[in-house]
Amino acid sequence: MEQNTEAKRIMALSLGKMYSSRSQRGGLRLHRSLLLTLVMRSAQDIYHSSRVVTEIWPANGQHAQKALPAEEPMDTSGAQFQTCALTTSPEDSQLRCAKSDENKENLEPVRSNRRTRKRRGKAAGEPDFLPSKRARIRMEAAEELLSAQVTELCGTNCLSERTCSSHVL
Amino acid sequence: MAGAGGGSNDVQWCFSQVKGAIDDDVAEADIISTVEFNHSGELLATGDKGGRVVIFQQEQETKGQPHSRGEYNVYSTFQSHEPEFDYLKSLEIEEKINKIRWLPQKNAAQFLLSTNDKTIKLWKISERDKRPEGYNLKEEDGRYRDPSTVTTLRVPVFRPMDLMVEASPRRVFANAHTYHINSISVNSDYETYLSADDLRINLWHLEITDRSFNIVDIKPANMEELTEVITAAEFHPNQCNTLVYSSSKGTIRLCDMRAAALCDKHSKLFEEPEDPSNRSFFSEIISSISDVKFSHNGRYMMTRDYLSVKIWDLNMENRPVETYQVHEYLRSKLCSLYENDCIFDKFECCWNGNDSVVMTGSYNNFFRMFERGHRRDLTLEASRESSKPRAVLKPRKVCAGGKRKKDEISVDSLDFNKKILHTAWHPQDNIIAVATTNNLYIFQDKMN
Repeated sequence: MEQNTEAKRIMALSLGKMYSSRSQRGGLRLHRSLLLTLVMRSAQDIYHSSRVVTEIWPANGQHAQKALPAEEPMDTSGAQFQTCALTTSPEDSQLRCAKSDENKENLEPVRSNRRTRKRRGKAAGEPDFLPSKRARIRMEAAEELLSAQVTELCGTNCLSERTCSSHVL
Repeated sequence: MAGAGGGSNDVQWCFSQVKGAIDDDVAEADIISTVEFNHSGELLATGDKGGRVVIFQQEQETKGQPHSRGEYNVYSTFQSHEPEFDYLKSLEIEEKINKIRWLPQKNAAQFLLSTNDKTIKLWKISERDKRPEGYNLKEEDGRYRDPSTVTTLRVPVFRPMDLMVEASPRRVFANAHTYHINSISVNSDYETYLSADDLRINLWHLEITDRSFNIVDIKPANMEELTEVITAAEFHPNQCNTLVYSSSKGTIRLCDMRAAALCDKHSKLFEEPEDPSNRSFFSEIISSISDVKFSHNGRYMMTRDYLSVKIWDLNMENRPVETYQVHEYLRSKLCSLYENDCIFDKFECCWNGNDSVVMTGSYNNFFRMFERGHRRDLTLEASRESSKPRAVLKPRKVCAGGKRKKDEISVDSLDFNKKILHTAWHPQDNIIAVATTNNLYIFQDKMN
């Protein structure tokens, strides 16, 4: 669980650094952006895998690292289960992801998790029944930012020729 | 001979000089960004964030003080690069000098290459100590005399004047890099040099500015597949066909320009397998190589990553022959160092004249020397407190954990704003130049 919190903190840190590096003098630094992306991805992987393990094995004392079921999505694009897992969800078993209603398969582990997990703290200002949407937007924003940075660095005048010619100053 | 003599622990390092402002309020433009001795060691150049280059010259040893080497005094100061604006990309181009490399001296003038993120310039530094006087047709201030007053013929003669050192840009090598230049290196043929950015390495001829040849290109077809960038590159000191470049993944590639015009395929790949027990979120960042330097004899190369210095034998690719931990006590602090951005600091490293000792910087204005043969290491500090003339520097020690001994400093007391990223070693003697944020310290060995 600690690793989980740590991963989330690092993800938030990394996002902050990516945003601030855009306004840096001298433009985006490719090396720094790459390193931030790598840290971000490591943190995401740890975060998702640790959340998934928790979902499958709630507090019944089992810590076995079971092989994850095939439908377990590791990327952030669109899995309903995934988006639910990202939320800081309240313990009230009656509240559930609006989206997860559509996905009956994954309903059971989510619900049992809600019963046993402590309240983490509410998403500020957002109605509790919509945390999944917010989480998805956050992850999508991160992915968009990463690909935007990469495209920006690629630039509009990428030189593909092997021999550069330049002006004499 | 001092330079070839005993290693770091036989040598006692003494304070010699400190250059730069004394006050703690550091102007950003004054932050030193590169330090380099020339080939004889007589000249010492620094570049700063404001785009200026300051060159110091060593005084000739005087008969009056035979036991002290000459001091370094300001020889020339000039504005090498100015801030520019790329209108196409709406980006400001920083004037910060990333690297300075001296050319070997061929005549009375000195030449150096200086580079910022995008443009390399060749500067000629020359002395003028005489001027022509006694023109027939002109007054001393340059105005032409009334021809009717000219009654005799007079030929101008050179008369001595106060020494004037002039720096003039002889070549500007521009528009060849899409990404930020991190290295320049003069070839041993003394005709060509390379410049490297994050994804490409270009080969230039010193006389030709309107074209360069791309010799390495690691840009993927799809930028989203980018996994590594070039972090440093250098030509071999005596094989003009050989160059190395390091990557953000901790690998070094050696390329032979005779093999093909495009050196995308390496001749050798130097890589040490990662220790799985050290894996963390930040493994990739700390394995990124920040500097690579060939030894003077060309048999070895040294790499610097965040926590260590490694020495590689060019004939052995699978692991370094020596590894020195610079500040292993930081391994447990990587998360905090990520938070305060220190984990992205790029430390440089350097060899002494006979390749027996290597040196690199650390935090708290500490710098470290590793004596290769005797496997000894030394930590010293560049501080105003130990800045009395010829004062011997006391070795420092960081307490990693447990009970702190007297004179040790604990990891949590280290000042991470005081970092030594740039150091240089005189090519022959035991004289070192160490750059703190905005001061340049010169230390030399105690001469008895």
